[in-house]
Amino acid sequence: MTLSAVKSKAYALQAQFEEANAQPVDCAILQPAETLLDLYGEDIRTRAYVTTDPVQGEVMLRPDFTVPVVQKHMDEGAEPARYTYAGEVFRRQEEHPERANEYFQVGYEVFDRTDPAAADAEVFALFSKTLQGYGLRAVTGDIGILTAAVAGLETSERRRAALTRHIWRPRRFRNLLDRFSGKLPVPATRAALLADANPMAKAGPMIGLRGEDEIKDRIEALREDAKEPKLSRDQVALIEALLKVSEACPFALEQLRDIAVDLPAISEAVERFARRCDALEARGVDVQTLGFEASYGRTSMEYYDGFVFGFVAPKRPDWPSVASGGRYDALTRQLGKGREIPAVGGVIRAGLLVELER
Amino acid sequence: MSIKLGVPSKGRLMEKTFDWFGARGVSLARTGSEREYSGAVTGIDGVELVLLSAGEIPRELSAGRIHLGVTGTDLVQEKLVQWEQKVEPLAELGFGHADLILAVPSAWVDVDTLDDLDAAAAGFRARHGFRMRIATKYHRLVRQYLHDGGVSDYQLVDSQGATEGTVKNLTAEAVADITSTGETLRANHLKVLAEEPVLRSQATLFRSRTAPMTSAERKTLDALCTLLNVGE
Repeated sequence: MTLSAVKSKAYALQAQFEEANAQPVDCAILQPAETLLDLYGEDIRTRAYVTTDPVQGEVMLRPDFTVPVVQKHMDEGAEPARYTYAGEVFRRQEEHPERANEYFQVGYEVFDRTDPAAADAEVFALFSKTLQGYGLRAVTGDIGILTAAVAGLETSERRRAALTRHIWRPRRFRNLLDRFSGKLPVPATRAALLADANPMAKAGPMIGLRGEDEIKDRIEALREDAKEPKLSRDQVALIEALLKVSEACPFALEQLRDIAVDLPAISEAVERFARRCDALEARGVDVQTLGFEASYGRTSMEYYDGFVFGFVAPKRPDWPSVASGGRYDALTRQLGKGREIPAVGGVIRAGLLVELER
Repeated sequence: MSIKLGVPSKGRLMEKTFDWFGARGVSLARTGSEREYSGAVTGIDGVELVLLSAGEIPRELSAGRIHLGVTGTDLVQEKLVQWEQKVEPLAELGFGHADLILAVPSAWVDVDTLDDLDAAAAGFRARHGFRMRIATKYHRLVRQYLHDGGVSDYQLVDSQGATEGTVKNLTAEAVADITSTGETLRANHLKVLAEEPVLRSQATLFRSRTAPMTSAERKTLDALCTLLNVGE
């Protein structure tokens, strides 16, 4: 596979996206590291290349285009907007040295607040059409349904916030559920702290930036939490049932509506899913056979907060997704300094398509 | 040609390594002046002693420039990506014990577990507007450990020495460092989290999986392993 073949594939795909009314954009390869680190946390360092510029400080070789495209749109874009880009992204591959650490991504991003379901369907249908003939399997999901379920749990605001914070870390999320429902015992150190009437007596000298007030606040919060009744087994079971949903869209919708009877907080999100199915159907997508997995997208980068999708090569289980995307409304809020715009988009890895063509 | 054995070039680690080999009939010694880094091996032919900084031994093993090397597990795992594919541990030598641990101020009476640390980090970020800083020189190991432990809202800041002092100096909120007795931590008003350490390390004899060998060298290596009673 030659680089020129991949490049021409990438630009051909970009031309197709331009025909779908997207405006071509480009972004610098070197991005300020701080923005990406604040968004993704320290973990991004295992996936992106960080280097140092004597003037700008830490910079990162762009690990994707989404963040700079969002920033560009928030700074200078008019609404609604459709963008396309084609270029290399750079990813460290510590766990999979056999995977490419530099590859072409071709993207399509829609910033449009009029009809989110229609915008989701527009992006997915465009990808589906573009990728036709490659024998790929499409998977969809919706992070918004899980977020809504957590927001509707009958427990304290603090516990809901902790769960929401870890939605993208399935193991930690599970651990928190087990802790709140009493399935996991309170650690001995925590029990001792709660039993101590004056734990600060043992504190010794205060050093560092985290102040005595912060420590006391957290102890107070832990005391309040200890009084909180256990999260009921029924509530946990509802989350478990929700996470297990993995069916063709119509059946998934049916199951989710059943769960919504006991967990009405997800009703609105489930109906959004229903409207998206209609919109997909209107765009000619075969929704009857399209897969939906409620837990899909939870381990990827944590900016998708609604619809998510991926296209995988069934014959190459060793590959990452050939294409992927989703909705990232919250990301535009975080980067928008007080402004926000609903946004959805996705990327195709041009090199993997070239390989499939051989 | 001969088999190259990399050994830490100074201090207790060197002496104890010499003792360990000596007890098994292979005597290692420095030759020349006190300051000259050259050595001799007796008890077996065809083995050459290479004196190196312990921190460079993982790199030399992985590059295949030495066939055997003695260094800490911590250094191998921190410096080599997919270390199991590059080196094979032949024997733990029973000295140079040290744990890579996470420590926080003793005053943090509310923090004992990784869950606590994560919650404290979230609170810290909300209060101070930046991610909680953890000073270390073991970036990869610590990041992996915190990832597995589900900790977020932290950042690693590099500290190549006097790491225990960073909290008091307000350049970090917590530290991840090697400790054997914990005395330096206590002296700096820090306590170790009540969790499994990031890594339990000790001096270990590694074999390079990448160093090329002639059949004669392979025989020497086998003979040495038999003498030391390690490996296959």
